[in-house]
Amino acid sequence: MSDVTGSSQDLADTRPITSRRDPRYEVVMYRHVGVEGAHTLDYYRSHGGYEAARKALTEMSPSQVIDEVKASKLRGRGGAGFPTGVKWSFMPPVDGRQRLLVVNADESEPGSFKDRYIMEDDPHQLIEGMIIGCHAIQATKGMVYIRGEYVKGYERLLGAVREARQAGILGKDVLGSDIEVDITVHRGAGAYICGEETALMNSLEGLRGNPRLKPPFPAQAGVYGLPTTINNVTTMTSVVHIITRGADWFASMGTEDSKGTKLYQISGPVERPGVYELPMGATFRELIYDLAGGPREPAKGFFPGGSSTPPLPWKDEYLDLTMTYDAMAKAGSMLGTGGVIVIPKEKDIVSAMYNVVRFYAHESCGKCTPCREGIATWLPKMYQKLLAGLGTREDLTLMEDMVRNTRGTAFCPLADACAMPVQASFKWFRDEYEYIVDNGRPMYTKSDWWQA
Amino acid sequence: MVELDTIPPFFADKQELVGEILGRYPEVGKRSAVMPLLWEVQRAERYISEARINEIAEILDLHATEVKGVMSFYSEYHGEPVGKYHLQVCSTLSCSLAGSDQLYDYLVEKLGIVNGETDEEGRFSIQKVECLGSCGTGPVLQVNDVYYERVSRSRCDSLLEALKKDEMPEAWRERGGDNEGETKAGFLRNPVSNGGAGEGEG
Repeated sequence: MSDVTGSSQDLADTRPITSRRDPRYEVVMYRHVGVEGAHTLDYYRSHGGYEAARKALTEMSPSQVIDEVKASKLRGRGGAGFPTGVKWSFMPPVDGRQRLLVVNADESEPGSFKDRYIMEDDPHQLIEGMIIGCHAIQATKGMVYIRGEYVKGYERLLGAVREARQAGILGKDVLGSDIEVDITVHRGAGAYICGEETALMNSLEGLRGNPRLKPPFPAQAGVYGLPTTINNVTTMTSVVHIITRGADWFASMGTEDSKGTKLYQISGPVERPGVYELPMGATFRELIYDLAGGPREPAKGFFPGGSSTPPLPWKDEYLDLTMTYDAMAKAGSMLGTGGVIVIPKEKDIVSAMYNVVRFYAHESCGKCTPCREGIATWLPKMYQKLLAGLGTREDLTLMEDMVRNTRGTAFCPLADACAMPVQASFKWFRDEYEYIVDNGRPMYTKSDWWQA
Repeated sequence: MVELDTIPPFFADKQELVGEILGRYPEVGKRSAVMPLLWEVQRAERYISEARINEIAEILDLHATEVKGVMSFYSEYHGEPVGKYHLQVCSTLSCSLAGSDQLYDYLVEKLGIVNGETDEEGRFSIQKVECLGSCGTGPVLQVNDVYYERVSRSRCDSLLEALKKDEMPEAWRERGGDNEGETKAGFLRNPVSNGGAGEGEG
């Protein structure tokens, strides 16, 4: 196995790393995922585990940790991309109240599955990130909200918390410092909306998972009304490596607005679907073709970052875009969770989008009218009408009106998460919608996708 | 409530467990224990009866309607008994592109029950569910708490045969991408070439 980290001719190269082909690039967050036994404390420690937390707790003040994370330009990996260090600095001054760090592990956006493997195979990496995060915001309690279906991840995380407590890594005087941190793992029970941070807080408090109004933001009045910071799983694990290797290392990867290394996911009919870690600034082509081996059958489009991000057509100009916040915004879409879903040519777009719409309809919490009546009731009915061969051109106009008028009117982002990809599907694939209403049958009729 | 008189209470002899669950949350957050308590009941009894709802309400100083309101919000809590093997078929886009619609149809054909039903024997029940976070290894079938990934037609047959004999196989934890593990994914060797690199999924 050749050593790619220390070759001297690369030291002079100061250009940002934007490809996995770059010999200076190293996978860090997924290095141990998939390795037998990697979930144990012994394994983790024998591979340098908890050294970042020790460094942060014994050598750095909370504000130094925040400054380091700010300098790294890490943006939240849950989808919205808010700068993590800035979010941490929103916490009010210490006033004696309990302060909380909550990790959003409710990973439920279709096409996203990066957090699951971290919690199953490398839970200590998450715990280490949380210890550093707790120190930065001066919280003594961390809480992980993990989705109910991730039972394996839940058990592994509980086991890791237990191991860490016994080893003096959680509890009072963490790692020989005078800092206290403990972690509670809270299991959800099947509700996509709980990935929205205010709904998550309600759920954590033992209420129905309906979203809350913002402001107040969690830092002012979060869980139990206490100062709270909410971060994604891989935001936390990124922090571990930022502390170990420094902000400069992290910021040496990516583009001006999107720095660091990130986990991307790819699903749909490609040769090697899965989670891949890449430097930001890499293109969709690198992920889809070089790493995942390309589509197994002709493709016509892709969701760039989970099913709530507007799909893009399968064209060179889009495949060659960088998987960054900026490039996606310019293309009229979003980076989201980085969960790419490839849409094969033979999958009729009306049927594909009905699947997506049905998901959001099922997951609408019913709190506000635009989402409950528009997304959860009328939109799926319109799709059913089209798929039954009963649609008209007027129905298409009505559907487009409906999603346009839903945008920006709902209480939380769930309605937009459905409306935006529907709008994009009309923009890029209107011919398939027109075909089904004009002919009473879909343009593409393949229905059996199952392997023998 | 008639039920209360006819079945023994669930939590009466589990004070230690209740104390441990309440202890996970700050004192102001007693109500947070509602979801873990519901989970404890469901894990033991496979559904949550009115009697258990009342018990939980009493423990947490809540009205039974508040507990039921929480329970009914989440799709994983069952108000009615489900089968000994509760088959949850992911039906969202990536799984659908890997054949989950046909997988569901096949289960319906084989077991004679549809979404939301339990068979007469009480052995199998089917629930169509939304994205389980196994998009790269679809179609996925969750049986009770266990994920079975890349469930092809032949693997579905073998799974059903095993379950009929009350043999629950270990989870089928499928791999792909960087979660193959360091050596197999080979990412220390700069794996990227112009296509044709690596091997297909086994």
